[in-house]
Amino acid sequence: MRGTSLSRTIKWTLHYAALLAYVAVALFPLYWLFKVSITPNDILYKQGMALLPSKVTLDHYATVVGKSDFLLYFRNSIIVSGVTALASTLLATAAGYAFSRFGFRGKFWIVGLMLVTQMFPLVIVITPIFSIFGVLGLTNTLTGLIIIYTAFNIPFATFLMQSFFDGIPKELEEAAMIDGATRFKALVEIVAPLTLPGIVATVGFCFTGAWGEILFALLLNSSPSASTFPVGLLLYSTRGTVEYGPMMAAGVLALLPVCVFFFLIQRYLVQGLTAGAVKG
Amino acid sequence: MASIEIANVRKDFGAVSVLKGIDLSIASGEFAVLVGPSGCGKSTLLRLIAGLDDASGGDILIDGRRVNDLPPRDRDIAMVFQSYALYPHMNVRDNMAYSLKLKRTPAARIAEAVGGAAAKLGLEALTERKPRALSGGQRQRVAMGRAIVRNPKAFLFDEPLSNLDARMREQMRFEIRKLHRDLGATSVYVTHDQIEAMTMADRIVAMNAGVIQQVGSPLELYDDPANMFVAGFIGSPAMNFLEGQAKRVGTGVKITVGGKAFCTLPLALALPDDGHVTVGIRPERIGIGADRNGTTEAIIDLVETTGAANVVHADLAGQPLKIFTTQRLQLAHGERVPLAFDAGHVCLFDRASGGRLR
Repeated sequence: MRGTSLSRTIKWTLHYAALLAYVAVALFPLYWLFKVSITPNDILYKQGMALLPSKVTLDHYATVVGKSDFLLYFRNSIIVSGVTALASTLLATAAGYAFSRFGFRGKFWIVGLMLVTQMFPLVIVITPIFSIFGVLGLTNTLTGLIIIYTAFNIPFATFLMQSFFDGIPKELEEAAMIDGATRFKALVEIVAPLTLPGIVATVGFCFTGAWGEILFALLLNSSPSASTFPVGLLLYSTRGTVEYGPMMAAGVLALLPVCVFFFLIQRYLVQGLTAGAVKG
Repeated sequence: MASIEIANVRKDFGAVSVLKGIDLSIASGEFAVLVGPSGCGKSTLLRLIAGLDDASGGDILIDGRRVNDLPPRDRDIAMVFQSYALYPHMNVRDNMAYSLKLKRTPAARIAEAVGGAAAKLGLEALTERKPRALSGGQRQRVAMGRAIVRNPKAFLFDEPLSNLDARMREQMRFEIRKLHRDLGATSVYVTHDQIEAMTMADRIVAMNAGVIQQVGSPLELYDDPANMFVAGFIGSPAMNFLEGQAKRVGTGVKITVGGKAFCTLPLALALPDDGHVTVGIRPERIGIGADRNGTTEAIIDLVETTGAANVVHADLAGQPLKIFTTQRLQLAHGERVPLAFDAGHVCLFDRASGGRLR
């Protein structure tokens, strides 16, 4: 018995050590981001690799919030990501429901075409989009970014939503329709509550995708009034110097809404991402 | 309560014809069971009555009114699904109340109807539970409750007992039947289980390959099957089919199996020209033992016993034969036993078409 309990202890210790190592590796970049953001400039380079700064300051945060356009970028990012997430999810939900429930002419080709859009790197289409948006007056606008992000999110979000709908038995809607509901009412009152984890996961996916996107944000929107925060972060890196302190402080601030967002939805997210994995 | 009329109803899925012109009328208050093997079209027919699928042709009338173009919600029918299809996010009470809420029924009436149904089905203690916290039998009851609170024109059941274990199935069979007796509601019940059909139906509708094979009371189908399909599908153990020869002799039609005399049937029977027939006889219509004046001998292969009865598998002139008997016989493998056949219960079928020869 003693031998068994000893070997079990060793097993658990190794188990947790492995987990700890994994978490440490995953979180280290975030820690470093935070550490640099609170290290005063004068010791930043002197104590370069020290794990803990000898002095702590919030100056960089003050600089970012008070002396830059960061709040503007931040607001732009929230608008762009929020609207993108909502619009993509709404459209993807409608499309995913149709793909899941209805057979119609051209369905195969539409699905195939959506899949094809996922196969090309975005860089390829930047030039044509830039010229089209220029003509339409959509460069240097948040609307332009929202349209692009929504368009790029929809195919994958649709597949995601379709798989969630596929996981909901058709009989539930049929039962509701026999009970006296219209198809739309059955969708809203029976299917939607059951798909909520999936909807939330899709919102999260689209939100983070838009939140961190930089390529289009950089190329389409050059004016500060329509820039998002990833573009703002780049401004701390000029030809001559890189202002690491403010850059990292801005980075930490940019992480906050995403963290809050995921904290709020994590319960649904875990359900959503594993839904359908097991029966029941 | 309402009658259901189905006139020349067809359903095609692309090039595949699933229902090939169904004509059926179900009387008000009747318990009709659609029975047949998988893919025979019975569930499709039920879905057409419910309005969940559209018929490719023909008319469906509920209570004399053509409903082909009405959505399910306007047909005033209730349906119990094989998977129960309970709303997972609603508790038992809300599941049962949903249809009444959609109809904007006053809360007091809803409470009364749901309470009554729950009492009838023994669900009072479970009304706050979510479906996932219920056993299979309880879920089945909730599904029934959801149907009866509405007091619909007709009940449709789509293999509602398939997901239950054997004991629970037996009990629910009894309860559904009792419920039907109490409510007197027109019911259409789909099953692939002929025992369910036999025990529950006022009238059985036997279907195969999208065509109705026979409609009648359980005993009509059992004793007087219209063709080999019905004869073989209804009854367990299934009817024996033996390849035989029929020949008119002076007083009747003499049937031989494997060259040996089997029985003699009335002269009036229609026979094929070559005399090739399939002889059908139910396992319980065969007696074992010399005392029955048996003239034909069979060789015992195997005996299955359930305690109450035995199913004896034997070989008759090279053809397998099942005999059902409540006698406790000591029979050994390879033993030769004389058999006696109840000629009054022998059915003859045309070997080519499978149709009954009368």
